Amino acid sequence: MIRPRIALQGLVVGRGAVAVAGPFDLAVASGEALVVTGPNGAGKSTLLRTLAGLLPPISGGVRLEGLTAADGEAAARLADASHYVGHRHGMKAALGVGENLAFWAGYLGAGPLRTGEAAEGAGPLAPAEALAAVGLPGLSDIPFAYLSAGQQRRASLARLLVARRPVWILDEPTSALDLASQALFAGLVAGHLARGGIAIAATHHPLGLEAAQTLHITPPAGRDDGPGSNGPVAPAIDDAALAEAEGWL
Amino acid sequence: MTALFLRDLRLAFSGGGGATTGVIFFLAVIATIPFGVGPDLNLLSRIGPAILWIGALLSTLLTLDRLFQADREDGTLDLLIAGPLPMPLVVLAKCLALWAASCLPLVLASPVLGLFLALEPAALFAVMATLFVGTPAIVFIGAVGAAVAVALPRGGLLVSVLVLPLAIPVLIFGVSATYAAVNEPDPFLPPFMILCALTLFFGALGPIAAGAALKGGGD
Repeated sequence: MIRPRIALQGLVVGRGAVAVAGPFDLAVASGEALVVTGPNGAGKSTLLRTLAGLLPPISGGVRLEGLTAADGEAAARLADASHYVGHRHGMKAALGVGENLAFWAGYLGAGPLRTGEAAEGAGPLAPAEALAAVGLPGLSDIPFAYLSAGQQRRASLARLLVARRPVWILDEPTSALDLASQALFAGLVAGHLARGGIAIAATHHPLGLEAAQTLHITPPAGRDDGPGSNGPVAPAIDDAALAEAEGWL
Repeated sequence: MTALFLRDLRLAFSGGGGATTGVIFFLAVIATIPFGVGPDLNLLSRIGPAILWIGALLSTLLTLDRLFQADREDGTLDLLIAGPLPMPLVVLAKCLALWAASCLPLVLASPVLGLFLALEPAALFAVMATLFVGTPAIVFIGAVGAAVAVALPRGGLLVSVLVLPLAIPVLIFGVSATYAAVNEPDPFLPPFMILCALTLFFGALGPIAAGAALKGGGD
């Protein structure tokens, strides 16, 4: 059995036809984490949304090795083998928290299970257990709208536990979380990695992932005026080239 | 797919989807028409089927603009796109749930409201039957409009404008089938069969087009 691995091959991400960041060439293997950092607007979310299959890449691609999708087949796209946690929660305000989680568990499918995994605690959790794991025991029947911002974020993170996926794509997962909850979530991510999972996270807060690779996205010069704009400079057109071009016309 | 269908149905009935708006609107339109037209029962029973059909068409359009927008606002749409179910099936499940929540009550209410319009019994059942097979086509056409306009903050009007021309054939064949059931020499089956064909055609095309629009419109 080969070790599951994600390789980004010359991946350039962008919105519409405009490239925002890249090219990226790197690989993340099973049990490893990739932390994406960078100033606001550098393209962290764009990269993660591209990885989750929500945006088409401008060029390059993602190669998957040995990842299994929810139906037990080899995953053809990263989205089949991953959870995406974005800025928005994906939970219905009018429904109970447990109801929301039960829907996602049923919709997403339980995820690949190898023999003995359930015994190791890697199997999918029931909604109530998943809520207890993120520190919200007994809130299963409360409508999602009644929770505080931090509780809503934790409840949406419980989705990671009700359906198992080998890859977690996390966009600012710890926003609105207090310190204790951040530590709790860092524990969940560490447990996921220990079971051979992969985590790709964009975050400003340390996730407690000392062993993680860090991908620092620097915005290209000229677009960003903040500090740290030391990206590749676009080739300037000098007067001679301009005159030549005009003469050619 | 079943999970998505059941969740959408529950949301519609718990007041989050606004599916009851369509039924109330339908009721309001049909109940006011007799006052506007006056006490001419012959006129009422002659235009009754058309009024019922127009009311059903407009109230279905009214509920359509929220079909994907609520899911987009809370991030559910992202997860549905990235999820294991192909987009056309997602759209199909959502359309069926919308139809069951907002059009099926319309269909069931139409014979009762038809009494307001002095329809004869044969016309009552003809309206009910044509609405039953015709309203899914309106929902499937509308899903395409709703998917195209999903990113626009006030897309409701745009959806109606986009969808209305495409829904006109459904209206024409629905009303003509109903009249054929009442007026003796006209055959009922040919327009009714064309109505069924329209529903099947848009049932296949609509989800695929709407799925592509939702996927392409991702940001």
